[in-house]
Amino acid sequence: MSAPSVDLAPPSTPTSPPSPVRPSAEPLWTHGHGGSGPFGDRVYRVVIAACALFIPLLLVLLAVVVVRAAWPAVQAHGGDLLFGRTWDVAHGRFGALPAVAGTLLSSLLALFIATPLALGVAIFVVELAPMRLRALVSFLVDLLAAIPSVVYGLWGLFVLVPILRSSVMPGLERTLGFLPIFRGPAYGTSLLAAGLVLAIMILPYIASVSREVLAAVPRAQREAALALGATRFEVIRDAVLPYARSGLVGGVMLGLGRALGETMAVTMVIGNRHAIPSSLFDPAYTMAALLANEFGEASNNDHLSALMAVAGLLLVITLVVNMLARWLVWRVRRVGESA
Amino acid sequence: MNPVVRDASRRRLPVRTWFGAIAIAACSASVACSSDDRVTPGTDTVAVALPSGTRVDLTGAGATFPYPLYSRWFNDYALRTNVRINYQSIGSGGGIRQVLARTVDFGATDVPMSDAEMAQGNMRIVHIPTVLGAVAITYNLPGLRRPLKLSSDVIADIFLGTVTQWNAPRIAALNPDETLPASDILVVHRADGSGTSYIFSDYLAAVSPTWASGPGRSKDVRWPTGIGGKGNEGVAGQVKQMVGAIGYLEVVYARQNHLPVVHVRNQSGRFVSPMAFEIASAAAAVATDSAVRDLRVSLVNAPGAHAYPIASFTWMLIAPDAIGATKTRQLVDFLRWALSDGGDLASSLGYVALPTETAANVLNQLDALSPPTTAGKSP
Repeated sequence: MSAPSVDLAPPSTPTSPPSPVRPSAEPLWTHGHGGSGPFGDRVYRVVIAACALFIPLLLVLLAVVVVRAAWPAVQAHGGDLLFGRTWDVAHGRFGALPAVAGTLLSSLLALFIATPLALGVAIFVVELAPMRLRALVSFLVDLLAAIPSVVYGLWGLFVLVPILRSSVMPGLERTLGFLPIFRGPAYGTSLLAAGLVLAIMILPYIASVSREVLAAVPRAQREAALALGATRFEVIRDAVLPYARSGLVGGVMLGLGRALGETMAVTMVIGNRHAIPSSLFDPAYTMAALLANEFGEASNNDHLSALMAVAGLLLVITLVVNMLARWLVWRVRRVGESA
Repeated sequence: MNPVVRDASRRRLPVRTWFGAIAIAACSASVACSSDDRVTPGTDTVAVALPSGTRVDLTGAGATFPYPLYSRWFNDYALRTNVRINYQSIGSGGGIRQVLARTVDFGATDVPMSDAEMAQGNMRIVHIPTVLGAVAITYNLPGLRRPLKLSSDVIADIFLGTVTQWNAPRIAALNPDETLPASDILVVHRADGSGTSYIFSDYLAAVSPTWASGPGRSKDVRWPTGIGGKGNEGVAGQVKQMVGAIGYLEVVYARQNHLPVVHVRNQSGRFVSPMAFEIASAAAAVATDSAVRDLRVSLVNAPGAHAYPIASFTWMLIAPDAIGATKTRQLVDFLRWALSDGGDLASSLGYVALPTETAANVLNQLDALSPPTTAGKSP
């Protein structure tokens, strides 16, 4: 549902800061008089403007439709939708807090796992890898993004979950069991499983944005640091990463947006239980999974409307995350410039 | 798919499908879309009197469970007559919504419409049973020599989370020859809304007052315990992986995948497995009485010596006044054929055909809906 808004908004964020070319600066009509004449130009401009308007319009339309459909549930249940902990269709109680919590927790967990890995891959590819390996590694990482999410889900369910249940979870409980987040019955399908699958799914997005951002850091930055006697590690740490910071944050936020909206793979491995997880081993639920699971068979109006409210809530959360990302990028850039 | 349906879809279907998609989007958007102007495009081709040989198109949408059978039935029927039926398996809930919105000529559902839903449509809607479905309970206990036997109260308490160990005395008493492990019972249920969940919770509510006053009957149950798998394959996958797990599945899926199934004790005290005869017995025990006019009847916990207690009809929904006499007649003719001659095809695909007595009752009701014509196309 909300996936388009997630996918569409952030890509411009990470690439804009280091990019020296600003495509918008060129007025279209200065070199259009050649073959087609002013009429052709006008048509062209109208068509292009219509294309550009179409996407925001679609978003507005989506929001209007969702809000309209959700309105009866909002009126009937009010704050219970957001803060209630009971989701009981048979008795008309719709509290989405466990799903909201599961959505945020699984996405943050995924980010926590994927960010260091993705940055490592990007740094390796741009700074350290020999030429031949560079193309191969980038290609393989990008390939991860091309795998359909249901395949990740099946892999998660039939490969990852049994491993988690039989060895990883008991092992973690033995060694780190003093922490409450590593305790509980090892069902396998859990918040942890969802976080891991999501991490693999968002890794290519973060990695490829980071790669482009790092590659756009001017050579002069590196050479200056080298001239001051910096080691290779110090060059990356002190000259390259700070310069690329705002773009890297944008890449991470793009990954977060992806994770929030991911549906199929998550619902297959998260256990689908309407409860706020207290441990990484607990089954949980996400909003997208809830929609996917219940929308098709929902026939009573109250239930449908409540699902629409959840969809609206998810839309709002992804919008807030995107806005937060823009703000973060803006702030990081300003701090970077003043430093 | 088959050549005929594909051929038909190449010529006409795209437009229809797009209209349908828009209608679905519009309906799910504004919950109360009940205007008459969304009658299926293409009505005009049928509303006029039909010269013989003119092709008729009917559209339907709904349950996924009978889809493989329906698509075969529609295909075979199209080969015999000039009636082509297009069916989209979008789920029972979607089928009900589309009938109420009058975007289809018929719906299909595994869950009977509630009285509130019937009232909402402001039109007469008839439930016609087509085949039988059932829910099997599968488990993962490698040490057992014979199929596990359970009684309805124990099943309810397992899914309520009050019986938690496999070696609980109540389970052991039902399986005296087996040694049951001292391990936790891991409950797996459907996470997605599903007719299978409805039938199973309908059964639990029928046999357990605690269940009836607690979680109740629903396509989306608030399960007191366990984890949720997506679809039959999700539940089966979880149960197969976890020793000590128990879950419920649509019976055709369980049989096709050779999963172990619980023998359930029925009302007459006999332990029965979900085989075709036992499932048909449940229908024979309930729906033979011609006084049963409303065929929304539930088959769970049916009486009868051999009846399997977790069975259900799957229905087609017809709103005769909304689609007009001509289309009603077309649909009724099809159903007459399906219920009389389509049974073998149903069995060959793993479905359970209506037992003869039940089919006779349903055929009577079809006659009431649209009297049989002696002339014209005999199938």
